[in-house]
Amino acid sequence: MIEINDIVKSFDGSTVLNHISASLEDGKVNMIIGQSGSGKTVLLKSIIGLHIPDEGDILYDGRSLTAMKEKDLRLLRREMGMLFQGSALFDSLSVIENVKFPMQVFSDKDEEEMEQRARYCLQRVNIPEHVFHLMPGEISGGQQKRVAIARAIVLEPKYLFCDEPNSGLDPRTSLVIDQLIKELTEELGTCTVVNSHDMNSIMEIGDNILFLKNGVKEWQGSRQDIFHSDNEALDDFVFASNLYKEVKRTHLLHQQ
Amino acid sequence: MNILARIGAYFLLMGKVFRLPDRQRTFWRQYSNELEKQGLQSLPIVVIISLFIGAILTIQAKINTENPLLPTYTTGLLTRETLLLEFSSTILCLILAGKVGSNIASEIGTMRITEQIDALEIMGVNSANYLILPKILAFVTMMPFLVIISIAIGLVGGWGVGAFTDVITVADYLTGIQYAFNPYFIWYGIIKALVFAFIITSMSSFYGYYAYGGALEVGKASTNAVVRSSIVILFADLLLTKLLL
Repeated sequence: MIEINDIVKSFDGSTVLNHISASLEDGKVNMIIGQSGSGKTVLLKSIIGLHIPDEGDILYDGRSLTAMKEKDLRLLRREMGMLFQGSALFDSLSVIENVKFPMQVFSDKDEEEMEQRARYCLQRVNIPEHVFHLMPGEISGGQQKRVAIARAIVLEPKYLFCDEPNSGLDPRTSLVIDQLIKELTEELGTCTVVNSHDMNSIMEIGDNILFLKNGVKEWQGSRQDIFHSDNEALDDFVFASNLYKEVKRTHLLHQQ
Repeated sequence: MNILARIGAYFLLMGKVFRLPDRQRTFWRQYSNELEKQGLQSLPIVVIISLFIGAILTIQAKINTENPLLPTYTTGLLTRETLLLEFSSTILCLILAGKVGSNIASEIGTMRITEQIDALEIMGVNSANYLILPKILAFVTMMPFLVIISIAIGLVGGWGVGAFTDVITVADYLTGIQYAFNPYFIWYGIIKALVFAFIITSMSSFYGYYAYGGALEVGKASTNAVVRSSIVILFADLLLTKLLL
């Protein structure tokens, strides 16, 4: 479990995160949602320690991130897997070498064991075998995302972070990625944190949703709670499109 | 970033770079890749430039020493001294700052803007140590060889002028390049080149590592890396010449 305790983060005098507190649970997809500029990315980067909060603390199963020494922080990061917005696969390594990379750096597995584990992870995210030895630039955006997921889970992380996992993907591929994130979260029991403003993803996989507006936590709840929320800002954001307005109307009618 | 902040950031980065690598096996693999990329792949340009500059220096030296009071071997002597003292260390490194420096800055800069460096950090890898240390050590390792090859090829270029033109006789040239030879000048060139190799790789890595934005910023980082490392090389050249000669 990750606990965010009253964190504040400013850049050049401008407050980007303003006293945010939340709990992110294990075995669930925790989503950080909000409009562009609401502070989602800064919050995610603060959670993973790429930004140090000015105030407040982040606890990983009781371990304080802000009080950690560099060595302990690096050890903690070995328990994390991250899917970046642009996949962030290493250009100079093939698909399978990218997946093997964390094992080469951190595990004592021999070459054959690493090969087997990398193949298993790639097959788990439905990457066909003929792609294994291609370079990242030679595969599609959807495949790059899946390879990045395989790399993120290869060391069986306790915490999985996904920054805009569906950006630049078509709706069908987005759905596949969402399902994969959901399945892996349940399978591995990870505390998964997804940063997104994709409404389909939110309604599809969001177990615990944290809504930010202008750097302030406006609302937190499940995707079911969204329909009954009377938070205007959340309503404006989630039901901005006519399609979702209709979904909400139908949902509420159905419940009556 | 103002200049003091930049200098501070450079030394902090070097503090992260010069640490024991997490995995020796991974480090040596990176190191051998860099030996090939920064060193062996620089060999063609070193050979071509040294050959031509050696020949050109010989012709220019001959023109400037056309005086009956000067011995005929002076041309060879001047060519050798210029190659040993300045060309095969300083000028060669200024040229390599363009090739190796821009390559390093753009490679690391691209990794920065495509979040590959963040990915390394999230995996718990010391990204500065993993990416930069092999580059610095590999280029510093290769530099003495490049300097010696440059001197040798430069001297061959000068010999070619004697052998294929009537500017100077081969005998006079060979006498000149052996006359009053001081082996310390080779060490002087190598010591300077080692320092310059460190400047090129560390400064280029610094500009790449702190690149942000998009392709345009990576281009700017690459240009800054070449221009500023060249200026620092010239300052270091002045200082080392004063100290070592």
